[in-house]
Amino acid sequence: MRIAIIDESASRAIVIREGLAALPDCETFVVTQRLGLVAKIEEIGPDVVLMDLGNPSRDVLEEYFTVSRALSRPIAMFVDESDDEAIVASIDAGVSAYVVDGLSAHRIRPLLDLAIGRFNAFARLQTDLAKAQGALAEREAIDKAKRILMTSRGFSEPQAYAELRKTAMNQGRRIADIADAVITAQQLMGGA
Amino acid sequence: MTTQEFRIGFLPLVDACLPILAQEHGFAEAEGLSLKLVRDMSWATVLDRLLYGHTDAAHLVAPLAIATTLGRGRPARPLAVPFVLGLNGNAITMRPDLAARVAASGKLGDPSLAGASLAQVARERLAAGKRLRFGVVHRYSSHNYMLRYWLAGCGIQPDRDVEITTIAPPFCADALEDGEVDAICVGEPWNSVAVERGAGEIVLATAQIWRRGVEKVLALREPVIDERREAVEALIRALVRAGAHFVDPANWQMNARILARPEYLDGHEDLILRAISDRILLRQHGEVVRYSDFMFQYREAANFPWVSQAEWLYTQMVRWDGLKFDPADAARAARVFRPDVYRNALIGSGEPLPGASSKVEGSLHQRTAVTAQQGSITLEQNRFFDGRTFDPANLSAYLASLD
Repeated sequence: MRIAIIDESASRAIVIREGLAALPDCETFVVTQRLGLVAKIEEIGPDVVLMDLGNPSRDVLEEYFTVSRALSRPIAMFVDESDDEAIVASIDAGVSAYVVDGLSAHRIRPLLDLAIGRFNAFARLQTDLAKAQGALAEREAIDKAKRILMTSRGFSEPQAYAELRKTAMNQGRRIADIADAVITAQQLMGGA
Repeated sequence: MTTQEFRIGFLPLVDACLPILAQEHGFAEAEGLSLKLVRDMSWATVLDRLLYGHTDAAHLVAPLAIATTLGRGRPARPLAVPFVLGLNGNAITMRPDLAARVAASGKLGDPSLAGASLAQVARERLAAGKRLRFGVVHRYSSHNYMLRYWLAGCGIQPDRDVEITTIAPPFCADALEDGEVDAICVGEPWNSVAVERGAGEIVLATAQIWRRGVEKVLALREPVIDERREAVEALIRALVRAGAHFVDPANWQMNARILARPEYLDGHEDLILRAISDRILLRQHGEVVRYSDFMFQYREAANFPWVSQAEWLYTQMVRWDGLKFDPADAARAARVFRPDVYRNALIGSGEPLPGASSKVEGSLHQRTAVTAQQGSITLEQNRFFDGRTFDPANLSAYLASLD
């Protein structure tokens, strides 16, 4: 089975490709470029096309399938249009699947399940990454606020942190928010 | 009053304005609704989210609502349109070398004259084996039907003399620049983006092809119209108020700023403001020209879902998909537009309601007062560029007349 993975995110495409490597008799192709997309698909001649829902070229791809349906390679949307559960799961995961007509559901379903699993895993990774980056940014803000207090008020580092924490507690806010306020105030007062 | 959540899918285009502004200005809240706007990058995904329940309603190209109901391209799922989000607002932008041959610089072209010049170029290119290529945003879009109507009306046979292909709006400027296409028909702000980059020049507004052409609609799964009737009617009232706000010049700047925000269009405020205020920059470093009713979001009961407009779209689907005219399909297409729901939502309000639900499209050559169920309505001229009229009483005769 020839599977084309179309994704503007090269890293996600790789994650999905690795997941599908577990399937027997499958050859996967990754397309990340918008230009020449249709020509590329034509060249690959896939049995299955996986595309992320956020890809602006979905309408272009569907148009191509509509036109090619009139020619030679009929392609149906999703596995089996009556299989609503599979469709809902794939939309939840953010992936659309196009399958050449006549490919049986029992061959497609494991593939789709794997792809959905990989899309979900990738989304979780991104959420975790965003959280980690958020935590890092907060840590940097707090350090910067501490330095401002140390310079402007002659605090030691533990004193500066204690001051931030006390203010946060008094105001019922997070330390990171107070740190941001200190930095903003410093900028307004003409500091760096 | 408890607040009901209503999720609405949209593409980042200026004519997604009414649901966005209904939420931002509190018109939805006043009706007991909280709108959650869900942004996507392709009509396919907007439609998938609607069909599989990620959204309750969608900003949709009108022909796609009918195509989905009739099962064109995928299994049929009935949709309902109780509200038209706007008329026109698209333009045809050509690569500068082509634009120079088709229209005089500095003003919008005349549709018939520009079409005649274009036909000449199309013949040359056909003879040279390099057909002109046009990009539209979707097979089932008003853009595609307006462009084809114009081309065919000027003696250019789409699919034979010229190619028409699908291009995602954000890539229209790139496609012009790379020579992937010679011209695009797309909504704002994407024409202006191409103009600003020098990739293209605006030659025509689609409002010149059909002065009052149906564009985007609010589409729902048909069962939802009944299951959530109160919320749907509340939404219609909120959207009408957003429409009145949107067309008031006092609000243009503010609304452009809201629409430009990252969570909505994520675009350039000035370009959006131009579209809202009927001003168009036709070419890079040129002068902004004024073209009235470039977009049409509120006046003349613009949001009323005229059954005749759904029927006109069906005739174009028959024409360009090469279908056989089918009276049963025509009736199903007509039923997609739901003036009954629109009327029910606004009866007793100050909003004008037309007396009829269907009209002969393109028949008005001047301001005309029409009978109203409520309030008073005067329609301005609504002609097609070639002077044809569309009488919904006889669809097959209309189709035959187009051959």
